[in-house]
Amino acid sequence: MKKIVPVIVLALLFAIALFNDSALELSPTWSWVVTILLGLAMVVVLILSMTGKMIERRIVFLFVGISLVLPFFMNFTMPLNVSPVVQTLYDALNKLPKGSKVLASFDYDPPSAPELQPMADAFVKWAFRNDIKVIIVGLWPQGPLQANLSVEAAMADPEIAAKNPKYGVDYVNLGFQTGNEFVIQGMGTSFRAKFPTDLYNTPYDSIPLMRGVENFSNIDFVMNLSSGYPGTVEWVQIAVDRFGVPVGAGNTAVQAPQVYPYVESGQLTGLLGGMSGAAEFEKATGEAGQANTFLLSQSFAHLVVVGFILIGNVALFIGQNRRRAPLV
Amino acid sequence: MQFDIGIWIAALLTLGIISFLYKDNVIYKVSEAIFVGVSAGFWFISLFWDNIYRKFWVGVFPDPTSGKEPQYILFGGVLLGVLMLSRLFGNKAGWISRWPLAFIVGATAGLKMITFLASNAVAQINATVGNFVAAVAAPTFAGLVTASTVTIGTFCGLVYFFFSKEHKGWFGGLAQVGTWVLMITFGASFGYTVMSRMSLLLGRIDFLLSDWLHLIK
Repeated sequence: MKKIVPVIVLALLFAIALFNDSALELSPTWSWVVTILLGLAMVVVLILSMTGKMIERRIVFLFVGISLVLPFFMNFTMPLNVSPVVQTLYDALNKLPKGSKVLASFDYDPPSAPELQPMADAFVKWAFRNDIKVIIVGLWPQGPLQANLSVEAAMADPEIAAKNPKYGVDYVNLGFQTGNEFVIQGMGTSFRAKFPTDLYNTPYDSIPLMRGVENFSNIDFVMNLSSGYPGTVEWVQIAVDRFGVPVGAGNTAVQAPQVYPYVESGQLTGLLGGMSGAAEFEKATGEAGQANTFLLSQSFAHLVVVGFILIGNVALFIGQNRRRAPLV
Repeated sequence: MQFDIGIWIAALLTLGIISFLYKDNVIYKVSEAIFVGVSAGFWFISLFWDNIYRKFWVGVFPDPTSGKEPQYILFGGVLLGVLMLSRLFGNKAGWISRWPLAFIVGATAGLKMITFLASNAVAQINATVGNFVAAVAAPTFAGLVTASTVTIGTFCGLVYFFFSKEHKGWFGGLAQVGTWVLMITFGASFGYTVMSRMSLLLGRIDFLLSDWLHLIK
């Protein structure tokens, strides 16, 4: 029986993958019913653990998995407030006059895309909608390719497509350059020396947008999306503290606690931390995207994790009391 | 019927990796080996073309029509890189690799010392003390509580790492507060890490549900 179940599940998935062409969406009523059923199932787990039955770790995985998958089909809207650090970044971007040049450094790769791509999508859409010129670079090899995905997503928006932002005039992708933080340091003297051509081998001087851009003094703002080294820390240390250009950042949740002190000290102009930061930025810019859906799933999963922490502690303390109780 | 070979391979490998949650199995091991192999291959090619070709080869032998001068200084970097490989020849020649390592450590320390001192020490101390002074100068309840918490927490955290005096009496009390501050910091950091790992899983689930199963748009 144990061996048949995975085979049946796989066969079902294969059939859906091959023949299904319709999206599944639960009505608000069914969304509530499913949520309540999930909650009841956790109460059953609590009762079982209180009665001394061992709950297998796979049960925890199953619950977390279900809680992550279900919200994709649910029809819930989550209340969301824009936190001060996100608002600071949005305000700084919003103050930029039309035609301002923003350097966007994409310092991440596909594994971090679930958190950072929604930020990138919202930023690029906002920039195109507000006539901000975007100069894309990457200190990670795959960063500029992730940027292209965001540009594609923005171009799919009818309003932006109607504006028809032109490559080389309204935005440019200078590609990746090796050298980590020394690339940033070099850009302080000469962008041209660090990026002699763009991603498609067009010489720097042939790109209309780059005319008159020598170094950071010709840049109005730097937007950094980072998931590690080199990333926000290096942009703050060199671009902000050495060359005085304002930098705002979006980070993975893992990296965010390391970067928060730079916001408090005023070295960093706002921070988008993890999925919640991405969802808040989407709300601030009005560019609804994936982060809101992902945040709902993440919140559901957090509730389940917190629930299991409580269940584990209750089971532990009841177990201890049972062991201490005198045998009659 | 919809069949995209690339999406199917990615989906099956994703399921293969997730299957480890049930138990260790052959499909997981195969998926893991493919993942490690592809990653190593990608980085090798990426580093080769970006560093050895674009940086060194094009730098030393530039296109004659570009009018650029050959940068022979790049041979210095290549020499250090080659010396690093001396470790492959055992103990007799292995000591040579310490020279490029010493160069890297020395150069990095020299380049980063001032940067870290300015950005991570001076600016942070300035912000911590500055915020406290500003909160005292124009007192509000929230401002005072926040500034005091950060300043006292920072001070006690530093006391915890001061080992020249035994952690006893009032000094031990401060170190104890420092321990609590550190624990709260680590807890917040751990919470963020859990959040990030969930996001990674969400990315794969989104791929499976949208690109593979077409259950969401």
